[in-house]
Amino acid sequence: MNSKVSQLLAKYRTALVLVMILVIASFLSDSFLSMGNFINVIRQVSINAVIAAGMTFVILTGGIDLSVGSVVAVAGAFSAATLTATQSTFLAVNVGMVTGAIFGLVNGYVIVKEKVPPFIVTLATMALGRGIVLVYTNGSPIAVKVAAFKFIGKGYVFGIPFPVIILLAVYLIAFYVLQNTKFGRNIYCLGGNREATRLSGVNVGRVELMVYVISGLLAGITGVVLAARLGSAQPTAGTGYELDAIAAVILGGTSMTGGQGFIFSTVIGALILGVLSNLLVLMDVNPFATNIVKGIVILLAVVVDNRFKKLSKTK
Amino acid sequence: MESNQILRLEEITKEFPGVKALDQVHLDILRGEVHALCGENGAGKSTLMKIISGAQSFTSGRMFFEGESVQFKTTREAQDIGISMIYQEFNLIPELSVAENLFIGRVPVNQYGKVNWKKLDSDAQVLLKRVGLEISTKQLISELTIGEAQMVEIAKCLSSDAKLIIMDEPTASLTDKEIEFLFQIVDNLKNQGISIIYISHRLDEIFEITDRITVFRDGKYIATKMTSETTHDELVSMMVGKDIHDLYPERKVAVEKEATAVLRVEQANDHQKIHDVSFEVKSGEIVGIAGLLGSGNIRIGKLISGYYGGFDGQVEINGKAVQIHTPSDALEAGISCVSDDRKIEGLVLIRSVKENISLASLHRLLKKRIFSSIDKAKENQVVDHQIERLNIKVSSSDQIAGNLSGGNQQKVVFGKMLETAPQLLILNEPTRGIDIGAKAEIYQIMRELSEQGIGIILASSELPELIGMSDRALVMREGKIVKELMHEDLTQEKVLLYAAGGMKDE
Repeated sequence: MNSKVSQLLAKYRTALVLVMILVIASFLSDSFLSMGNFINVIRQVSINAVIAAGMTFVILTGGIDLSVGSVVAVAGAFSAATLTATQSTFLAVNVGMVTGAIFGLVNGYVIVKEKVPPFIVTLATMALGRGIVLVYTNGSPIAVKVAAFKFIGKGYVFGIPFPVIILLAVYLIAFYVLQNTKFGRNIYCLGGNREATRLSGVNVGRVELMVYVISGLLAGITGVVLAARLGSAQPTAGTGYELDAIAAVILGGTSMTGGQGFIFSTVIGALILGVLSNLLVLMDVNPFATNIVKGIVILLAVVVDNRFKKLSKTK
Repeated sequence: MESNQILRLEEITKEFPGVKALDQVHLDILRGEVHALCGENGAGKSTLMKIISGAQSFTSGRMFFEGESVQFKTTREAQDIGISMIYQEFNLIPELSVAENLFIGRVPVNQYGKVNWKKLDSDAQVLLKRVGLEISTKQLISELTIGEAQMVEIAKCLSSDAKLIIMDEPTASLTDKEIEFLFQIVDNLKNQGISIIYISHRLDEIFEITDRITVFRDGKYIATKMTSETTHDELVSMMVGKDIHDLYPERKVAVEKEATAVLRVEQANDHQKIHDVSFEVKSGEIVGIAGLLGSGNIRIGKLISGYYGGFDGQVEINGKAVQIHTPSDALEAGISCVSDDRKIEGLVLIRSVKENISLASLHRLLKKRIFSSIDKAKENQVVDHQIERLNIKVSSSDQIAGNLSGGNQQKVVFGKMLETAPQLLILNEPTRGIDIGAKAEIYQIMRELSEQGIGIILASSELPELIGMSDRALVMREGKIVKELMHEDLTQEKVLLYAAGGMKDE
């Protein structure tokens, strides 16, 4: 009986934490529960959550992608520049996506073929990306003026913000891929034991390459969405986003050593972070203190998570 | 209570939520005796050892050490009182010297905290002398052989004045020569009045060096016997709970003389450890490959399974030349290999039994739609079939593979490899570290597979198994096949003689 309860708790721990924070938040702030605020939170979260979805793929293989924040900026800038030059939203979006995917391809290629640890490779491409965008824009934003493009960040479909629709689509596809396809299965097994997976006939290099491409692609999409929402591509866009994405994945309970985790827990992790920042704003907390609260919550979550893991192990 | 007794356990029970790992077990260890603990995996040996060494607490019962009632909260407490455990995995730090490892955490320092290297060195030498190890105290652990590292581990126990040393499968990774040396040390320790609890799957060793044997089964105490008063067979039947007569099932259908070669290897060569090896395996034949550690008898199977990438030489499957550059090439050609290291090369321990079994054959379990989706109904069917056929004991196929016993884990690897529908099955140390009941089942499975016409390569360092199962054996030494022995000529003496290079091939 007791062990059953603790197992259920362990399984839905992330969702439980979110519910707890939601309950606390609704007591602390009257405006928190309004529909307008709710939509606002989800729209903000969608930026981090889409990047975090890609990060989940990478972390499931036991890797890490630090370059995503810089990729957001580069993809946004290239996309905005394409828009300015051609006025074609279609082309601009594609350039943004391809830019992200190419970054992922470079990351994956060096990691797989040259066997350089992911942390080092993506640290380098993180610096590289930021450098590229600063040089390319000369440090000033590129404005976007096409309505169709702006719709991607600001528009609504049936009352739902478009970025949220992207979020839903990304997570549904990611869920399907991870749970139902051979590729998804290979990701989990590769993260659990690379050698055993290779010896089972899986082309582990290709799987690894693909997860970085996915991560880059999703960062590229986020870059486009962000530029569309802000009305301009900022050369400093995305700074620190890699850490938010990693935090969301960790809060979601995905193992940093790979092989274990659940994609929907990542979106819950992102929601926890988003609700928390929103609440602090509503409560008029000194914005400089936001990071203190975030840091404490992440630490707490991980400590509690470890306790749960021990609990379910000694059964 | 006998004064001669160093450790006594009475009615020790250990409960985990939902499971009784130990149920009122007894154990008494005398001063200066070597005492074997026997039992299949899951019998409760390791839990008991963790309790004795302080790594786990017990739920109820009493434990006495030198007549005093004890219950340890940490391994440190057990060590301080004189109980040390040598684990299968070493707790040595490879980058530090022998002396530093011996006194780790207790390095002699002067009043300012500076290490007294001279004292460290001389203290270390005293310890090494006690175990009879002739190496420099300044050597790094990483430069030692596995056997030497094990001796250092034992010396480390002595440094904490151990009165009782627990050895868990100490010979698992040692060569024959190193084992002999270990036995000398065990003897030596015994003469110094130190007691040893000895755990091993190798029954021969138990009969060679222990004084008494205690048997456990399913968490219960079965019996304690004087080693000199029991037999191999009696011990096995106590462990298993039933008589095991024919460990090696007889071949019912003879291999046809004219049977076609499933596998033909010509001049396989990796220019490192395998040199121009040629042989063939007929349909339905079990070919043993014997050899000492490092002779290449394990490596040859891995080589043709694509573990190391491409290699020189030709491989034919059913008369058709195949090119092997990766494990997936080999699997596609019909060559499946059960690795000798199931934890590192065989299983994804943190994933489910189902995911492990289907891993190598997922491409055949797909719905022909976008994204190459897995046909889950088909997958379940296939996995359940293997679980039933191989008698894998699981609560469900979603159980995590790492939580299974060694024998069941090995069966999962078997299931995975059989699911690839191999023409040739390579079995490297297929029964290493698994209990005797599971061994018998694996031999039975091998026999059935061979009767279905699958060619099998059996590379094993357990000679009784190699001799019991093989229709024919190849003996390897220094990366070459030095002798082929037909079933009639297959004896331990001959295999060892050729493996060690004692006899030139005629």
